[in-house]
Amino acid sequence: MAQKETDIRYLTPINIETKKKKYCRFKKAGIKYVDYKDPDFLLKFINEQGKILPKRITGTSTKYQKKVAKAIKRARHLALLPFVTDQLK
Amino acid sequence: MTRRYETVFIMTPVLSEEQTKETVEKFKKFLEERGAKIIYEEDWGLRKLAYPIKKKTTGFYYLIEFEGDPTLVADLELNYRRDERILRFLTVHLDKYGIEYAEKRRKLKADQKTTTSNSKLN
Repeated sequence: MAQKETDIRYLTPINIETKKKKYCRFKKAGIKYVDYKDPDFLLKFINEQGKILPKRITGTSTKYQKKVAKAIKRARHLALLPFVTDQLK
Repeated sequence: MTRRYETVFIMTPVLSEEQTKETVEKFKKFLEERGAKIIYEEDWGLRKLAYPIKKKTTGFYYLIEFEGDPTLVADLELNYRRDERILRFLTVHLDKYGIEYAEKRRKLKADQKTTTSNSKLN
């Protein structure tokens, strides 16, 4: 009865999820040019409202994040991507 | 000095097939007159716009890749602005990676075309 309530013991060690390391998909795949004419590809870098996702979420390196942003803005200008929407995905 | 450019424009959907051809011809002629070399052109056809432009929800897209003097771009865009058949346009300079990508894309399209025509023949 001397055992305290805080003294919880597990039979198996709890699994603490190790974070997967994010990587830049352009560096990995060796893509040099981000095409504004391919809206389906650019869809990976925007959220449901059509906003550009930050690089801390997608893992894109600064160099390519700039190119992605430019490509998305060009695609928006040509009405290939919307400026604002709901439920894009 | 010549540079490689890529221009995309959207024409109004109210045009007939002949009128679209005429419009495309007009801009191609302009480019050729100004000493530009047309490298590639692509007709995307009637596409749905992501948002309405001038109350239109569709438009004819057309892409032209050309090599020319940087001074002609301003004139080309002026021509676009003056033409009421053009809803939107975009002209971009292609860097060495852009040229590489465009060539790869062209090749891919050509391959697709040959395979589809072959399948049609079969």
